[in-house]
Amino acid sequence: MSDDARRLKPVDVVIVGGGWAGSIMAKEMTEAGRSVVMLERGPDRSTASEGAYPASIDELEANFRYKLFQDLSKNTVTIRNNSQQTALPYRRMAAFLPGEGVGGAGLHWSGVHFRIPPDDLRMRSRVIEKYGARFIPEGMNLQDYGVTYEELEPFFDRAEKVFGTSGEPYMINGKVVGKGNVFSPSRSDHFPLPALKDVYTAHLFRKAAEEAGFHPYSLPAANASRQYVNPYGAQMGPCNFCGYCSGYACYMYSKASPNVNILPVLRQHPLFDLRAGCHVLKVELDADGRRATGVTYTDPDGKVVTQPAELVILTAFQFHNVRLMLLSGIGRPYDPVRNEGVVGRNFVYQNVTTSNVWLDRGIETNQYIGAGGGGVAFDDFNSENFDHGPLGFVGGSPVWVNQAGVRAIAAAHSGGPPGTPRWGSAWKAGMIDTYRHSLRIDAHGSNMAYRDVYLDLDPTWKDAYGQPLLRMTFDWKDNDIRMNRYVVDKIGDVAKAMGARRVNLTKREFGRPFDTRQYQTTHLGGGAVMGSDPGTSALNRYLQSWDVHNVFVIGANAFPQGTGYNPTGMVAALAYWAAHHIRTTYLAHPGPLAG
Amino acid sequence: MRGVVKRTWRPLLAAVLAVAVMGAGPVRAQDDAQHDAVVARGAYMAVAADCAACHTASGGAPFAGGLAFNLPTGTLYAPNITPDRQTGIGQYSEAEFRRALRRGIRRDGATLYPAMPYPSYARLTDEDVHALYVYFMDGVKPVAHRVVQDGMSWPMSMRWPLAIWRTLYAPDPGDVRRDMDRRTFADPLVARGSYLVEGPGHCGACHTPRALTMQEKALTAADGPLYLSGGDAVDGWRPVSLRGENRTGLGRWNEHDIVRFLATGRMPLGAAFGGMTDAIGHGTQHMTDEDRLAIARYLKTLSPAATPVAQGWTYDPTATDALRAGNVSARGARSYVDRCAACHRTDGRGYPTTFPPLAGNPVVMDPRPDSLIRIVLEGNVLRATRQAPSAFVMPGFAAGMDDAAVADTVTFIRAAWGNDAPGVTTADVGRIRRTLSPEHPPASLPMN
Repeated sequence: MSDDARRLKPVDVVIVGGGWAGSIMAKEMTEAGRSVVMLERGPDRSTASEGAYPASIDELEANFRYKLFQDLSKNTVTIRNNSQQTALPYRRMAAFLPGEGVGGAGLHWSGVHFRIPPDDLRMRSRVIEKYGARFIPEGMNLQDYGVTYEELEPFFDRAEKVFGTSGEPYMINGKVVGKGNVFSPSRSDHFPLPALKDVYTAHLFRKAAEEAGFHPYSLPAANASRQYVNPYGAQMGPCNFCGYCSGYACYMYSKASPNVNILPVLRQHPLFDLRAGCHVLKVELDADGRRATGVTYTDPDGKVVTQPAELVILTAFQFHNVRLMLLSGIGRPYDPVRNEGVVGRNFVYQNVTTSNVWLDRGIETNQYIGAGGGGVAFDDFNSENFDHGPLGFVGGSPVWVNQAGVRAIAAAHSGGPPGTPRWGSAWKAGMIDTYRHSLRIDAHGSNMAYRDVYLDLDPTWKDAYGQPLLRMTFDWKDNDIRMNRYVVDKIGDVAKAMGARRVNLTKREFGRPFDTRQYQTTHLGGGAVMGSDPGTSALNRYLQSWDVHNVFVIGANAFPQGTGYNPTGMVAALAYWAAHHIRTTYLAHPGPLAG
Repeated sequence: MRGVVKRTWRPLLAAVLAVAVMGAGPVRAQDDAQHDAVVARGAYMAVAADCAACHTASGGAPFAGGLAFNLPTGTLYAPNITPDRQTGIGQYSEAEFRRALRRGIRRDGATLYPAMPYPSYARLTDEDVHALYVYFMDGVKPVAHRVVQDGMSWPMSMRWPLAIWRTLYAPDPGDVRRDMDRRTFADPLVARGSYLVEGPGHCGACHTPRALTMQEKALTAADGPLYLSGGDAVDGWRPVSLRGENRTGLGRWNEHDIVRFLATGRMPLGAAFGGMTDAIGHGTQHMTDEDRLAIARYLKTLSPAATPVAQGWTYDPTATDALRAGNVSARGARSYVDRCAACHRTDGRGYPTTFPPLAGNPVVMDPRPDSLIRIVLEGNVLRATRQAPSAFVMPGFAAGMDDAAVADTVTFIRAAWGNDAPGVTTADVGRIRRTLSPEHPPASLPMN
């Protein structure tokens, strides 16, 4: 295939995937004076088209016909719960919603924009320090990232300023400055914008969480609380809490996206070449497989072409990065039987359950109002903020009211409390009661990595280009179910303090397998993780392939295990971190940055 | 056409290179540097004169012509002014070029349509005309592109009446020079601003009212308060007054506001739309900060045009208070809340410089509501500039609102927040709607 491909004029850098990571890397590489081709398999997108009001807020098209999401008829994954089963293709969007098109998941995301808890970066070391090595359950591949919070801090700061993130700090340069998250690490600067205002349910939750003895804080949100100009000169409008964030291009230009925050500047740059409608088939390697020479892709006319480049940066969605490594022969594929090999290892998800609270009928919860990243959370049971010793599980979960806006079809779809009929006047009454007077509280928990949860190439199913689909082998494990059940009980305490009329606590059940038919979250991670040991990580701490030094792989694929937070803030910081080391070291001295 | 371009360009380039090599030496290098400086000055003056606005078609080669002017009398196409000898101005001598620029006389003696602003270009200095000539001959790539003029119907297709018009209304460059010499400015920056605005910038071509016979009623500040007091419709947009009226002019814009507007198309009191988008895009955003400041300082010397002077605008919170109390009983208030307030807010103050304010906006209070109606119907694109890379799109409401609904909404906007401008009728909206371009949304949407 590659031998027949037309060869294009070589460039310095080819970037695969036009989302946050790709746009950040492209911006950084053009700033470094390098010519950049960014390949995106989906269409070009912008607020002027996808966000054109009022057509843009068509819930049916956006959330039920998946306008901004991946075309599963061309490429998808196969899924099974364990290695004894035969995996089948994920043909209809449900459990997770990968994006497609310029902006990627960064166009359709909600906007929750976290840093990572410092303890999460050295999870294995921290657990061993606190509880001893025997505390780690059999079969759990607990690892460190190989990078510290202090090293990443400037890049978290950079990302927040580019995204125009709204939030309330707790500590700056070691000094307490605000009412932010008391468990959050010290920062070098304020958020660029003040926190979004609490919607009413978040306000009630804040009060109740305090009464229950917890430490509530405003969620950091890349939904601008005011109009904003970022360091690139890109402008954002202010969020008006319309509730059309997740699944939509924001017509107010207030939700950060690559399209709004980076690409306006990048598109003007003479060294930048964005090619939409280009699906990358593989990374080309030299004869001994130690160096990438470019990528081969199908162009919008279906022609197979090769783009030679000095540096290849993979910035596709988490599992597409892993698949591209497997298809290209970069790094040793993971073997779950021997627990050896690294590409496909430590595939993780996020452990989210949503509970419902009904308040007095005199209280309108106004769920149509919302901002994707807004709300109030507490972290008392996240990360290593609490003593796991007597509890016997690893991991944790923030708890929050993140009222992102409940839209009409979604409200009708979720109906009334459990036990309410799915039709007739009782359904209608239950649905109206729920829509008007209830709120949702999430336990947004971590999911640990396990030896028998992994990604590999499917032996049977192929995509529209004749290449094997990626196969997910995934199920929930008792450690994570115990964590979820423990934290969800705390939601019960808060609901009581809110004076709930009715509470429906949703917990993960032991023995109930992962169900692909219900939306859970799109926060997939791992599969090509970073670390300091080439035996357990595919990437070094600079997100550089251990095996092919001119391939960098940026994304949530680098997380060695799940965290309780949304991944985008961490992905963006890792992109700036990797770019910094490419710019300051790699470009002058190409070769392994760690070893 | 590309092939033709290459054939004509390459030998010329070779010749230029040959001359450059043969003439290499210290003296020659100095001459080259001087020549380059003249080309650069000419390029800058072409920006200041916004030649590209008309002579570069969207997506076309620079200055190769072809932009269509839809005039009431027919369609006029801007000619090719690249140095191509057959289809451009390659055969013009400098004297012929100067005569075309300042007097509106073509090389063959025919008179140019006054869409070419030669009544303003008459004020160009000799140095600037020379620089423009050198730039167009040596700094612009020749492009073979024949622009055919067949859009004017008789009698407007005849050129000879234009000569009479020119004799009657276009100023004589000699007189202009004497007038310029007579005017004195205490502040050299104001002098520079007057030159840029009245001369190359030809701001009056849009912003000064015209007589029935189509000449601008005033060509300079010295001609009195009609100068830049607001022009007639250009492509359906009504250019506002650039004089000191508090409500409908630049009375409440300070120098810094104007400088920012010319650089980015956006400032706290308003945003660019209509034809000004191109004037900023091709022209003012590429000027120096000093020249933008000169323009601003000069404009701030222009006294208010309207007499008696209307009472200055002050914010009136009545409408805001009503909307915040849930009272949408005022005409158009409900529609305003549903369709406009997300960006322009119930208090009408918008979110500058992202979404412009409607409260106290001169365009909103203009005696002629045409631009406001049009923008509601058609929407608008605030284009990216070098200093402000983000573009913003306001959606058009032509498809979703009938004439009565638009009239109500525009009436609300014109009445609220102390704007106190008269309401508009359904017929006003119908009149504008009939002129909307069928090409909607615009062919090129910004990508952010």
